[in-house]
Amino acid sequence: MSWLVGTFGTAIGKKLFMSVTGLCFCLFLVGHLAGNTLLLSGADAFNAYAAKLQSLGALLRIMEAGLIFFAVVHVGTGLYLFYQNLQARPVRYRVNASGGGQTLGSATMPYTGVLILAFLLFHLVQFTFVDKGDAGVYALVAAAFAQPFYVGLYILAMAVVGVHVSHGFWSAFQTLGMNHDKYFGLLRMGSVVFAVVLAAGFAFLPVFVGWVA
Amino acid sequence: MATIDLTLKIWRQNSPRDKGRFETLAARGISTDMSFLEMLDVVNEQLTLDGREPICFDHDCREGICGMCGAVINGRPHGPQRGTTLCQLHMRHFADGDTLAIEPFRARAFKVVKDLVVDRSALDKVMVAGGYIAANTGSAPEANATPIAAATAELAMDAAACIGCGACVAACPNASAMLFVGAKVSHLGLLPQGRPEAARRVLAMVREADRQGFGNCTNVTECEVECPKEISIANIARMNREFLKAAIASRER
Repeated sequence: MSWLVGTFGTAIGKKLFMSVTGLCFCLFLVGHLAGNTLLLSGADAFNAYAAKLQSLGALLRIMEAGLIFFAVVHVGTGLYLFYQNLQARPVRYRVNASGGGQTLGSATMPYTGVLILAFLLFHLVQFTFVDKGDAGVYALVAAAFAQPFYVGLYILAMAVVGVHVSHGFWSAFQTLGMNHDKYFGLLRMGSVVFAVVLAAGFAFLPVFVGWVA
Repeated sequence: MATIDLTLKIWRQNSPRDKGRFETLAARGISTDMSFLEMLDVVNEQLTLDGREPICFDHDCREGICGMCGAVINGRPHGPQRGTTLCQLHMRHFADGDTLAIEPFRARAFKVVKDLVVDRSALDKVMVAGGYIAANTGSAPEANATPIAAATAELAMDAAACIGCGACVAACPNASAMLFVGAKVSHLGLLPQGRPEAARRVLAMVREADRQGFGNCTNVTECEVECPKEISIANIARMNREFLKAAIASRER
């Protein structure tokens, strides 16, 4: 057995993949939210932002390829961990109770993860892999969010993202070994605050765009 | 002396291969000063008098320091009281007329031997893999020859409080043993005497825990809440740190 497999194939090794890719997605979400706030400035600003992104050319393609690779690693490892963890307790308890350690986020990670994946595919089909025509991407977004159904769907999806991130963010630091008396409480609280800010920030955009349109 | 009557829904299983089932038993006139195990003793006395098979359960010191006892009471390993082993849990924490579901610790790595008795030798295998230090025999070295900061000694002692009962595994939704492994890696690795094997230890113990079929830690922290010795998940982070260091910077393979 090579040391690489013997190290990164272990319980902690796999968690390192989850942790690093997860933190990268957190960074991506911050960037994505920052960019999308230009929706608030109207069609011209947002279309200009989209054009500027596209003008990055090869650099953008590389970043997209990186995101897809990270997604494959994160989802693949996550599903494998989920499968292994089910296997680790073949006979379940008849009575289940929590001592108070688990949170909504930690108890539902695999499920919120799969929901986010489903949403992500839908989101890409809706806004990315689609012919934007001459009207530009803002028109596409505005047309979608003129329909309350899509506004509701996006708000729900962002709530799910928030729940996932509320556990994932601090958990990633814990997996990397970053746990310290001085800042652990702050990290755990910060994780929830970060998740709420992200989810609320993203969820506000369809509401705003729909209301303007 | 206050007494209470309880209904026990208790797991009965004749052998590792038996499917097992819940049996409902009445526990009458239980003194609230009794420990949980003493309550089971009383029930077993009655079962024996009735010519029935008594309930098998593990126990040894009955003072909360050996790690032998443990069962899941209404979904909580070692019962509802924090920082307490089952033998130190007193019946005053239950009310008259309560129904208690009593199950063995459940994990693939913990086979049920009989009733509430589980084989936790998987934890011993993890210890054999790396839970040791090398020390020269002969006369004991001078105690102050190796200075250790009091705070460090305290951290090591907190981790060493782990009695290896397996409640962390029982409490974990993934049946992961990482709180146990983290406690052992911390307890030995924090002290200078444990440093020579530190890299080899963490790699070997984590790999052995995988081999024994424990699950993966997802930082749910149920273990920390249910641990009768209140071992902190900071020990899991320390193990993760030690693991990363061993993987990247040590010569161990």
